[in-house]
Amino acid sequence: MPETASIPVLVVEHTSPEVLLIRISGDCLNQPLPQCIELVREASKESPAIRYLEFDTTGLHGWDSRFVALISRCITLARDHNLELRCEGLPEGVRRLLRLAQILPGRLDAHRGVVKERFLQKVGERAIARYEGTIGLFTFLGQNLLALGNLLRGQAQFRWNDALLIMEESGPRALGIVAMINFLIGLILAFVGATELSRFGASIYVADLVGIAAVRETGSIMTGIILCGRTGAAFAAQLGTMRVNEEINALETFGISPMEFLVLPRMIALILMMPFLCVFANFITMVGGFSVSATVLNVTPEIYWNRTIEAIHLNSFLLGIVKGSFFGFLVAYTGCLRGMQSGYTAAAVGEAATRAVVAGISAIIASDGIFAVLCNALHI
Amino acid sequence: MNADDTKAEIRNLTMAYGSYLVMRNVSARIKRGSVFVIMGESGAGKSTLLRTMVGLQPPQEGDVLYDGRSFWELDEDSRRVELRKFGVLFQSGALWSSMTVAENVELPLVEYTDWSPGDRRDVVRLKLALVGLEGFEAYYPSELSGGMRKRAGLARAMALDPEILFFDEPSSGLDPILSRNLDELMLELRDSLGATLIVVSHELASIFTIADDSIFLDSESKTVRAQGNPRELRDHSPDSKVRAFLTRGEFTGPAATT
Repeated sequence: MPETASIPVLVVEHTSPEVLLIRISGDCLNQPLPQCIELVREASKESPAIRYLEFDTTGLHGWDSRFVALISRCITLARDHNLELRCEGLPEGVRRLLRLAQILPGRLDAHRGVVKERFLQKVGERAIARYEGTIGLFTFLGQNLLALGNLLRGQAQFRWNDALLIMEESGPRALGIVAMINFLIGLILAFVGATELSRFGASIYVADLVGIAAVRETGSIMTGIILCGRTGAAFAAQLGTMRVNEEINALETFGISPMEFLVLPRMIALILMMPFLCVFANFITMVGGFSVSATVLNVTPEIYWNRTIEAIHLNSFLLGIVKGSFFGFLVAYTGCLRGMQSGYTAAAVGEAATRAVVAGISAIIASDGIFAVLCNALHI
Repeated sequence: MNADDTKAEIRNLTMAYGSYLVMRNVSARIKRGSVFVIMGESGAGKSTLLRTMVGLQPPQEGDVLYDGRSFWELDEDSRRVELRKFGVLFQSGALWSSMTVAENVELPLVEYTDWSPGDRRDVVRLKLALVGLEGFEAYYPSELSGGMRKRAGLARAMALDPEILFFDEPSSGLDPILSRNLDELMLELRDSLGATLIVVSHELASIFTIADDSIFLDSESKTVRAQGNPRELRDHSPDSKVRAFLTRGEFTGPAATT
């Protein structure tokens, strides 16, 4: 084969005033045909008398899917300009592929039309979806309360075994990460405090700073956020996967309530575990604070301990615990809600986990803001 | 068919996902102790119909009646009670993945019977033996093959000796021999338990083996296109689309030419 034959060449010719002929030669295998569409468009613009589009591929040596796709675009373009097609000049294989892809007429099956959504319809459907999402949020809360009511009356399809396993998974097994994060938070708070307070000769108050911050804020918030990423996401993924595997459907067809059987143990486990984790987090934060005080400020354990005890009021301590429990509820709620709402695909499960974490963290921070305002108003 | 013979009745059922209509005005009567097959093209709404029949998806209009009693007009608690008469085998088996095979079969018994643990264990062993899974009690679903999971799902569906067994595409993912075994097992269950079987399928070999009666759901008209014994429909249906479906298009030409 001569060297020139391997370069694809496209020529647009007017064989008669009415006929536009596209002559393609050379080797189109893995080689692009530049400007084909533009040439056809220009030619049809220049001579509006054109009524037929023909192909001549006698000089064509090879072609691939890209070639077929290009021809299909030419055909679509020709249709838009009301040109009649004469595809006899295309290679047999290309014609068959185009027919199969329903670009040329002749395929027997019905072709499902693509319904184009109008703008207002889209807006309306989104709005309805948002509205239903909000309703779903409260429905889920109501279902939770009903399930809790059934549990208290001893009528729930609830297994304490499951709840205990989830408690173990979300409580003791989270101690490591809770300890590490809160220890570091303690260090950071103490360092910031030490540098600022030492300028006023008040570096002993590092203990107050760390203690109050831990008990009122960081202990519960950090633990909540850790649990959100660790356990909330896991809840969403577990329930989402159960949805995909039809496990939740299977429960429902046995008349077993997924709310009582799956959601309630998770809610209860987190609400019960969070206070313990918070107390632990508070303690570890203080240890972090103390280790900075001891090494940088040479504070003795005794003094640090006394200052801490003096600084923390029972109210603050209880506030932290209540907040922790509430954050536990939020984490379990968002995790379970997103998991139960998950779609039936692997991607939907991933999305459910992501949305659970995003919603959980947002809810924790937002509700902490509300707690702060309330505490200020109530002088706690 | 007189009323006493009718175990279940689908009455003027219309289903939709949002604004997308899945089926309209679907009606059928299912005879007690028969094998009833819901067949049709992919996307014709077979599984949706099954979901409505087992209480997973409320209909937009219409109702399903069991033993002459409305199912969807019941309140949720009564519907849950009604559900205990059903056994459902899902396409993938849908075993609860955090439990062993035995625990899967046992859970319905724990929830709804006051049997002693020993009795429950015996029943679980029996149900697993019925599906050829004796000895797999302690296995987790992830340790089983697809066919075994499906059989374990069937054992679970049979746990409460249901009056009606639903099957969603029982043959999918099974090799021809296993699929054949499952067909035989289904017929055996119908005969021995006296249960009514409602099967969603488009596996022709299986349909001809098991079905006493069937409906053909059409994705174009979105309703029942034919009802009757599949063999008779294949040989005598006046509708060429139905004949084409039941002969894989071999004798009447491609389906859409009708």
